[in-house]
Amino acid sequence: MMTTEISPDGQLAALVADAQRLYEDLAFGSVRAWKDGAQGRRAIGFLPIYAPREIIHACGALPVGIMGGSDRLEIVRGDSYFQSYICHLPRSVVELAVSGRLDALDGFLFPSTCDVIRNLSGMFKVLFPDKYIHYLDLPQNFVAGQGGRFYRSELQSIARAVGALTGIEATPERLRHSIRAYNDNRRVLQQLWQLRCDAPSQVSTAEYYLLLRAGYVVPVEEHTRMVERYLSLVGSVERRAVDNIRVLVRGAFCEQPPLALLRTLERAGCYVVDDDFVQGIRLIPEPIDESGDPFDALAHAFLHRSLPCAVKYDAKRTKAADLVDACKRAQADGVILMAPSFCDPALLDQPMLQKALEEAGIPFTTFKYSEDTGQFQVIREQAGTFADAIKLWGATI
Amino acid sequence: MSTAAIKDASMEQQKALMAGYFDALATAPERGQKCVYTFVPGNLTELIRSFDLLPVLPEINALQSGMRGKSADYIGLAERGGHSEDVCTYVKCDIGMLKSGNIGPTGKPLPKPDLLLLSYTGCFTFLKWFELLREEYDCPIMMLHIPYQGDGEITPEMRDYVVRQIKDELIPQLERISGVKYDEDRLRQALALSSKAEDDLVWTLESAKHVPSPIDAYFGGVYYIGPIFTAFRGTQDAVDYYRLLRSEVQGRIDQKLGPVTPDGVLEKERYRLVVEGPPNWTSFREFWKMFSCEGAVVVASTYTKVGGLYDRGFRHDPDHPLESLADYCMGCYTNLNFPRRIELLESYINEYQADGFLINSVKSCNSFSAGQLMILRELERRTGRAGGFIESDLVDPRYFSAANIKNRLESYFQMIEAKRLGV
Ligand code: SF4
Ligand code: SF4
Repeated sequence: MMTTEISPDGQLAALVADAQRLYEDLAFGSVRAWKDGAQGRRAIGFLPIYAPREIIHACGALPVGIMGGSDRLEIVRGDSYFQSYICHLPRSVVELAVSGRLDALDGFLFPSTCDVIRNLSGMFKVLFPDKYIHYLDLPQNFVAGQGGRFYRSELQSIARAVGALTGIEATPERLRHSIRAYNDNRRVLQQLWQLRCDAPSQVSTAEYYLLLRAGYVVPVEEHTRMVERYLSLVGSVERRAVDNIRVLVRGAFCEQPPLALLRTLERAGCYVVDDDFVQGIRLIPEPIDESGDPFDALAHAFLHRSLPCAVKYDAKRTKAADLVDACKRAQADGVILMAPSFCDPALLDQPMLQKALEEAGIPFTTFKYSEDTGQFQVIREQAGTFADAIKLWGATI
Repeated sequence: MSTAAIKDASMEQQKALMAGYFDALATAPERGQKCVYTFVPGNLTELIRSFDLLPVLPEINALQSGMRGKSADYIGLAERGGHSEDVCTYVKCDIGMLKSGNIGPTGKPLPKPDLLLLSYTGCFTFLKWFELLREEYDCPIMMLHIPYQGDGEITPEMRDYVVRQIKDELIPQLERISGVKYDEDRLRQALALSSKAEDDLVWTLESAKHVPSPIDAYFGGVYYIGPIFTAFRGTQDAVDYYRLLRSEVQGRIDQKLGPVTPDGVLEKERYRLVVEGPPNWTSFREFWKMFSCEGAVVVASTYTKVGGLYDRGFRHDPDHPLESLADYCMGCYTNLNFPRRIELLESYINEYQADGFLINSVKSCNSFSAGQLMILRELERRTGRAGGFIESDLVDPRYFSAANIKNRLESYFQMIEAKRLGV
């Protein structure tokens, strides 16, 4: 009998193709399939940026990240809910919802990201009065006895509500098990980040991005295996390095740039070596304590171990230093500050970030995008000019 | 007494109050009085004043700049300094004013803050605003995180969170800055005065239930809320102002007079409207006249609730000072979730016998505007009254298109007429 061995290249391509299929499936077919796998399964959607997926997991439900519709969704009704000067993400989320694409989700968490997501939570309450819809008020006060105490009560209320949907109580034991599962995931994502940073020619931005997005729809254990497999496969293939500059990207934490835009950056001469895409998946990059009270552990991690982000109050005033450090850590040649149009958190942050970069002598460039941006010529030229200028002079353009 | 004279008395008193306040701000450094920058919704004026500190409200400075024709330059300056054209113009107006020497609306300088109190009720942009101001000043900053009423209620955990922040962080911080010890009795006295003034404000706003309405609860309303939403709550001055205002409005009711508009007393009330959203400040009078010249009176508005829903029963409570301040912070209009905003508007439309409702959607303000088109649809569905939608901005004149708004309003009034005829 003849056996056909699939080459690592081929296996890698198949894995990336799987991730791309998940990314492109705006009807969340994989979530439906997971629910069909056993009776009574529940899935809980969450909006950008951060939700404590461990709690949902501990209740036996599948946490599903809702990141908008990208450039693949035709907006039929979503535009009739939002004026032109609101960012694009909420209109594509409403489109997904009213077109039935989110029907597989039994509940939704709306984290306190910004006023748009906040208002969207109430709109969902009006649209879907029978579903569990909760505004997750993440603390902006990072003192344990104040913000921490409040956040703990938020976590417990979510555990109760999701537990009531699944019939599974998030016991301390189950929660610790979930924290472990997500810690495993954090470790492999850190390895992925490190490999991409060390050898950006091996891990393309698009592949990296698709792996992150897959983590928002498949069960965490499966995602961990997927990333592990990717790491082992990508280590065994040889990819040609080109003379690109190394850039750090900031501002794309909520509404996501289309995949083609990420490919454009790379083609224009920029290896992305650090970024804030899909930021919720890595907001707490280090493992969370697996031994003590799990609610305390989750609260502590958010208060003290989460990365800086435009939607979090910069209580310790380390934002500028953090950005400069991140550049150094990633050995970035420059920074791309890209932000969704009409995104108050990202755009109001920019002047402060620019000042920090100027003071540190780090070159940067800025542009706006939308999740449905279809023309990349201008961005390609801008990123290309930026890369050329750095290669030639290493200076801000 | 003539109507004009009645009007003048409360207007004059308010003008004098504001002038005195800006004078006090201008002379604060030389008098050694310290200042706390903070935001209007959910402000803690009584608490701040109980430490002999003066509150400074950047939104008020921005709106005043808008009314005085200065905002375009300020915004331009901020944009040239790297701020995006997409973001809230209040922030840019304030940054531009700061870069132009921080001269306040009366032409006198504003003092630097001794504390930036980031009380963050109902708007995420506040957070960025003070992070930006922090870059400019060498002073402490404190975050007072006010939870949102996402599920439509204030839970004990939310109240506990705010009270703890006030008790454990804010009060010690205010003590440090002012050198004054926290005096709960003094705070209680101020809260009792607040409550008195709040009674009269509510009476004034609810006078619009009369037909014809003696007040305009949007264009006129923004003047009525001035003292209580800003630096005067908890003072005898505010109590006196609202007492006087109430007696003036009573006089108008007795004489069956309509509201005072830029063209004098409104002769005939033709349309009774409920308005959602902030007004435009750069063409405020022009905007108002588009309503008054058609006989349109705003009988209730949500903008006059950004500093508290007193008409729904909230009063500052001297018996529970900190809890009551916490509830106040969490109860402001933009801290309500969508279902509650819609319910409130629906009840206004019914209680005030409105012919219709109108949304002024301002480009700057995601807090108000994101999702307003759904409010429009829901209200039309629930009430069957005419809904209108116009767009402008708070302080950026580039986004106030008079011709466009006028056209839309004309069509809207025709729609009301058509509904009346059952067309
Ligand atoms: S893109 Fe920005 S403004 Fe829009 S929902 Fe996300 S954080 Fe909010
Ligand atoms: S977004 Fe709205 S509420 Fe917030 S500062 Fe701007 S105008 Fe005020």
